Amino acid sequence: MTDIQTWRAWLLTDTPTSRRHAKLSAVYQGWLSFRGNTMAMVGLWILILLLLIAFAAPFIAPHDPFAQNLGNRLQPLWSDDHLLGTDSLGRDILSRLIYGARITLYIVGLVALIAPVTGLLVGTVAGYVGGWTDQVLMRITDIFLAFPRLVLALAFVAALGAGIENAVLAISLTAWPPYARIARAETLTIRSSDYISAIQLQGAGAMRIITKHIWPLCISSLIVRVTLDMAGIILAAAGLGFLGLGAQPPSPEWGAMISEGRRFILDHWWVATVPGMAIFTVSLAFNLLGDGLRDVLDPKDSEK
Amino acid sequence: MAFTENNNGGRHKAPLELWIRATFLMLGSIIVTMLGLMFITFIIGRVMPIDPVLAIVGEQASKSTYDAAYEQLGLDRPIIVQFALYVWDVIHGDFGKSLLTARPVSQDIARVFPATLELATIGVFVGIVLGVPLGVIAAVKRGSWIDQVARVIALVGYSMPIFWLGLMGLLIFYGILGWVGGPGRVGIFYVDIVPSVTGMILIDSILDRNWLVFKDALSHIVLPASLLGYYSLAYISRMTRSFMLEQLSAEYITTARVKGMSESAVIWRHAFKNIRVQLITVIALSYANLLEGSVLTEIIFSWPGIGSYITTALLSADMSAVMGGTVVVGLIFILLNIFSDLLYKVFDPRAK
Repeated sequence: MTDIQTWRAWLLTDTPTSRRHAKLSAVYQGWLSFRGNTMAMVGLWILILLLLIAFAAPFIAPHDPFAQNLGNRLQPLWSDDHLLGTDSLGRDILSRLIYGARITLYIVGLVALIAPVTGLLVGTVAGYVGGWTDQVLMRITDIFLAFPRLVLALAFVAALGAGIENAVLAISLTAWPPYARIARAETLTIRSSDYISAIQLQGAGAMRIITKHIWPLCISSLIVRVTLDMAGIILAAAGLGFLGLGAQPPSPEWGAMISEGRRFILDHWWVATVPGMAIFTVSLAFNLLGDGLRDVLDPKDSEK
Repeated sequence: MAFTENNNGGRHKAPLELWIRATFLMLGSIIVTMLGLMFITFIIGRVMPIDPVLAIVGEQASKSTYDAAYEQLGLDRPIIVQFALYVWDVIHGDFGKSLLTARPVSQDIARVFPATLELATIGVFVGIVLGVPLGVIAAVKRGSWIDQVARVIALVGYSMPIFWLGLMGLLIFYGILGWVGGPGRVGIFYVDIVPSVTGMILIDSILDRNWLVFKDALSHIVLPASLLGYYSLAYISRMTRSFMLEQLSAEYITTARVKGMSESAVIWRHAFKNIRVQLITVIALSYANLLEGSVLTEIIFSWPGIGSYITTALLSADMSAVMGGTVVVGLIFILLNIFSDLLYKVFDPRAK
């Protein structure tokens, strides 16, 4: 490589010199087309901001999110010292929102890890092994798909006890079947391709083929699906929190904050309104990001 | 038109015969899925951290009373036998007794279900009436302002927490403006005035010709129904748009235009006609989602439907009620899904 060639030219080359070069180049070109999508970039920036806020919560929160001050309860918006007012126990709503970002990210992160991995496992095994294994696994998937999602999550949380970890499990339990479907469909097309036959002839076992050759190809469609599902996950978690089945008080979970503010909605509207705006903003950001990612990673599914 | 080609391609079997065959195949899958659904519900009911025997006999019961109740509930038998007995009861319409209302769960469900049905039906109706034309126009005038508006409507719908939007609706239209009735199905003065025939208060009040109750019920249902309608509108308009785009880019549309057919005939008589089956599938799905997804809406609006029934039962550990409610909702969900599948398979010659 000569000195004149910049990184950009190296990344945009038509003639990659190695596998890694080709991969990096593909990623860079994907990024360029993603960057052209303004709405997706807005979504990305909101989420980066959310990450920073969650990370720096102790430094930027003006008050202790748990500190009660009954003499100072239900302060309106823009009041001195409390930008977004205070709730029924005199806690600063802005600080609670900032700490709540951590809980939201925690839930979304865990579900986004558990559900697709479960789906990937079930789907690829069903698709690759075939036969009655496929039949049984897909029947189970169908049963979970047939279940009304929120009702299943509700029943599950009720059985295990309310709490944030159980809410995560319940949401994952309702979220994995679509991933299994996608992974199976991808596996079925990959399985019949020539290069799989080639490595089979070379003596590769089922384990190796699934983990090394099928999983990597399923990842991109799963990532798109996960990003598009994130909004749904946030809404489901907030719904469980709202019903009192997710994070427990005094935890500043956004859904639970709405539920708390609901009692004062007519006289002190901001207590329930502000956390709702936060949920809306974040799930909107995930939807925008998901749409953008889909256009880049999965062009065949995007709108023409 | 688009169908004739396929007909020449050797479709010998009559649609009816195909329908029957598909139905039998589906029946097997319904039964398996239903059994699975009941099994999961059953297991959830069993791992509940609350002792069902104590809930019946009370904390102070003697050992012998406890044991008697334990045996009466069949808890001493193997779990598979218990499950089989449960399935047997459910087939006979027996979901056990609710601890909360002290009535058979089946009666409770028959009482609360019409409320949900009424709400979801109006909701999906709103979604169809507004969503389908919006989707068609958005597809035809792609990139225009109306397409952008449709996109934003859908995006906001996918991102908004439904319970929060419901609260905001109550705050604005009930609390501040006073345009609509508050939570509940009718105002306190109108409760139980009209005899319950269908359980759907709008229809009951029409049957009774009690326009006062009708008007009041309407003012109560308008907000939750528009809320649900908005959510199905978001979904239906999006799907309609993408179906229409797919049709409009097909070659037969170009042919029709070249032949000099008017634009509205091209859109409605050709393109729209070919998306009807897909559209019905989407509407059935969206209806199923409304029936189950109205849980949060029902709670916000104190709507006495199956969603609030299940949630109240859950919070008071009334497991027979929870299991019964879940099985019924699941059954409806499955049936609607299968119905739309069947429709698709029978009426779309390509899906064979």
